[in-house]
Amino acid sequence: MAGATPSQTVGPFFSFGLCARPQHELVDPGRADALRIEGRVFDGAGEPVVDAMVEIWQADAEGGHRDGFGWGRSGTDAAGRYAFVTLKPGGEGAPFVTVLVFARGLLKPVMTRIYFPDEPGNAADPLLAALTDAERAGLTAVAENGGMRFDIHLQGERQTTFLAL
Amino acid sequence: MSRPPIERVRDDGRRGIDPPYLFPDYRSTRLRAPDRPLILLPESMHDPTGPVYGESPLAETDSDLTRQHDGEPLGERIIVTGTVRDGSGRPVPGSLIEIWQANAAGRYIHQHDRHPAPVDPNFTGAGRVLTDSEGRYRFTTIRPGAYPWRNHENAWRPAHIHLSVFGRAFPERLVTQMYFPGDPLHSADPIFNSVPDPAARERMISRFDWETTTEEWALGFRFDIVLGGRDATPLEA
Repeated sequence: MAGATPSQTVGPFFSFGLCARPQHELVDPGRADALRIEGRVFDGAGEPVVDAMVEIWQADAEGGHRDGFGWGRSGTDAAGRYAFVTLKPGGEGAPFVTVLVFARGLLKPVMTRIYFPDEPGNAADPLLAALTDAERAGLTAVAENGGMRFDIHLQGERQTTFLAL
Repeated sequence: MSRPPIERVRDDGRRGIDPPYLFPDYRSTRLRAPDRPLILLPESMHDPTGPVYGESPLAETDSDLTRQHDGEPLGERIIVTGTVRDGSGRPVPGSLIEIWQANAAGRYIHQHDRHPAPVDPNFTGAGRVLTDSEGRYRFTTIRPGAYPWRNHENAWRPAHIHLSVFGRAFPERLVTQMYFPGDPLHSADPIFNSVPDPAARERMISRFDWETTTEEWALGFRFDIVLGGRDATPLEA
């Protein structure tokens, strides 16, 4: 039995292969409960990462994985911005969305979680509980323009807290 | 309330298989590699689920990159096949594999590729295939060319095909590159050499395969893929 196949970067030229079809709307944006989550990806110099790909995986509004719901993918634009239209995950505990970011210069993806502000479940969440206040703030989306904003800093003072793969 | 068992760990990669985030020889890692410790979640806190491909069936031309246009692309026609397994050696059926690559001249269709090599109007270089019930996949394409990049002086990427694979659980998502046997550019490529373990590095090189090679049609290459999270326990040999 051979060992695992190593990860390699997506490189700069993935968009025609991976992002040719729109895959960022997990639900119809016209739905009353549709939630827009967007943000920007920054490098260690604070510059936008314009060639990243953000993927999410989450539970549905009932806290399960039904009907193929739960996965989305968004490239970043010239401002480093990604965007999804989805639902706020439901179920027990703190709702969260798992995030992977791929890019040129990332030899393997970074993984993190988007938590939501003012959720009663957040206080008892074991990951949030293990973080400092600043780290916790970095993993919590900000309510803005009727949706949620979640910026991702790959490196430096404001680096987002990432989870080991 | 007792403190949850969450550790902060250094970037040692998935069992030492993956490259580190920071690999200075690959220049783009310098400003993009996270520099703070990573959070290692206990197994019980990981979502064991992952996306399953559920859209309409793929078209036949999705896995034959030589038949996506009116004419035939230029270059050496090849068939790439292999099996996707998890860390315990079990085949992963119904897994979506996406591929993208340069054409035979080493040029991507991407608008930002400035390499002065010709675009082939009959070749896009993107494909998709689902693994069958035994985890096998197969696609037909054109052998990609090597191409220059600006990472260091006289830098060339060895010929490669990018592959993206959905595992069983979301953290098992794998994006990798498949290389070709006998390429003299391997030893000078920082992306290939970012993988610390030489044996793991070799696993990214496909092997020429007579069984897949089709008479008077195409050369065959075999590329088996093994996914696996931190809990993967390899089978005894």
